[in-house]
Amino acid sequence: MTKIVYNGETDPRLCKDVIGGTVASLVENDPDVIFLDADLMSCSGTLKWSKTHTDRAIDCGIAEANMAGVAAGLAAAGFKPIIHSFGTFASRRIYDQIFLSGGYAKNDITVIGTDPGVTATMNGGTHMPFEDVALYNAIPGATVIDASDPACLASVLKQCVDRPGIKYIRVGRKQYARIYEDGSDLPIGKAVTLREGTDVAIFAAGIMLHEAMKAAAALEAQGISCAVVDCFTIKPIDADAVEAWAKTCGAVVVAENANRHGGLYDMILEVLAERCPVPAACVAVEDEFGEVGTQGYLQERFGLTAAHIEAQVKAVLARK
Amino acid sequence: MELQEKKELQAFATRIRLATLEAIHSIGSGHVGGAMSISDVLAVLYGREMHVKPEDPKWPDRDYLVVSKGHAGPAVYGTLALMGFFPYEELKTLNRGGTRLPSHCDRNKTPGVDMTTGSLGQGTSQAAGLALGNKLKGRKNRVFLIVGDGEMQEGQCWESFLFASAKKLGNLVVLIDWNKKQLDGTLEEVLPMGDFVAKMEAFGFDTVKVDGGDVEAIAAALERTRNGGEKPYAIVLDSIKGHGVTEVENTAMNHSMPVTDERYANWTAELKAKLNALEG
Repeated sequence: MTKIVYNGETDPRLCKDVIGGTVASLVENDPDVIFLDADLMSCSGTLKWSKTHTDRAIDCGIAEANMAGVAAGLAAAGFKPIIHSFGTFASRRIYDQIFLSGGYAKNDITVIGTDPGVTATMNGGTHMPFEDVALYNAIPGATVIDASDPACLASVLKQCVDRPGIKYIRVGRKQYARIYEDGSDLPIGKAVTLREGTDVAIFAAGIMLHEAMKAAAALEAQGISCAVVDCFTIKPIDADAVEAWAKTCGAVVVAENANRHGGLYDMILEVLAERCPVPAACVAVEDEFGEVGTQGYLQERFGLTAAHIEAQVKAVLARK
Repeated sequence: MELQEKKELQAFATRIRLATLEAIHSIGSGHVGGAMSISDVLAVLYGREMHVKPEDPKWPDRDYLVVSKGHAGPAVYGTLALMGFFPYEELKTLNRGGTRLPSHCDRNKTPGVDMTTGSLGQGTSQAAGLALGNKLKGRKNRVFLIVGDGEMQEGQCWESFLFASAKKLGNLVVLIDWNKKQLDGTLEEVLPMGDFVAKMEAFGFDTVKVDGGDVEAIAAALERTRNGGEKPYAIVLDSIKGHGVTEVENTAMNHSMPVTDERYANWTAELKAKLNALEG
């Protein structure tokens, strides 16, 4: 069951603790689940647990490519590996290993990439993945998730371990706005309508959901009715939901914490182009590298705020 | 080793070379040099060391072979065909559209191939993962990894060796095909690799060096890895790229080469004469 409880408040939990707790319970319930990290267990909330589960918590050291390859070997030996690193290293640094040793060789691996996009904050541009979504979208059969909140994170992680192929979950380590009631099921591949509307459909994921909901409320006060749809599953995109809301509203804005090329925007434009061409615009990173700063500064810097969504909604309305 | 067994292993290695050349000749060209240089170790692995079931290629308790130098696929296919994993005639489908025998090893296509390789270095981590996984599952089997000497220029190899040593993977045996050549020339010309024995020892491996063309020496080196223990094993195979076919051995750039009808006739005549001497 999926219960939407969004009211703008922050979920008290840290997402890294949700990763740690979910991994621990998955291993508890299935001896084939095994967790690997590359010297970032304290960042994935697994370090303390790992000390008492040394046969299911493998610290590979600062050697991400090897971690990905070891995970492939473990999969071939009958395990269901979950690996973690920061989103930059969990995507581009291990891309060939995930692509070939994992995807091509049909060794199923769940990859968690933390600190997506501007949530990398103080680690700065070297650690700020705007491209991770595009990279994983390009792996045939991959599942690509931008987690919405702690409940969504826990739900998708549970589903991923038994799902075939390469699964990539991007999520911040810290707090998110609460969207769903704890324990909600968020079936992978099904978008969730957070708010109905008639003028513009806003498709958003991850931290941009909160911005989209704030923008929709502000726009409503101005007489503009927006639907907000949670596209936490970027691939496979819920094409039916995209088509339905695009037809209802006749205009679309996509909001994502990633490069505008190769991510959620592209996935949705494909659906629109083939099924229901309507005016569209995006709120995303305009093909830039990251930089250091607070999340608030970076959202302003890269144009990822509710105000930017409002502006794009008005721009796309003018093109209807 | 009894003389008879030695002769049988040498004959098996020769048959692997013949099967490999038959496959490559059927498509016109391929990675001859590095396939010939591992034929002897393949003969010893499948002829006496590894526990496998050709009728049940996915038997979970089998010994695994990861050929990280995936371009040596044809030598693996020759071996597997001779072992009965698939019909010998299928060797002639090498690299043809829809084949189960692609240029580089693919675990999802070829019965008996345990891992997908081709992007050099990646097989080393996969082998470490397999060895760790088998150990955690309580299996008594072992994982053999064949890695090229030029391939060892890939940093991933060294990451995986650190890992294998740290995780005490005594069920992993790394076989380094030290044939001294890579695609662009010799290792010395392209990127010298120094002393493999010292390097592997430094990475925590129980290491020996043997003549990579001597089945008896290879067999002895493999026998001493049976006890497992806390250290992974490395065997440096002092080999010759193109070993077993004089003209290939004497060709400087023999990584990938055309196998014309004339060459095929000459090379197989040399190998068949060797086979006759062994079995005659």
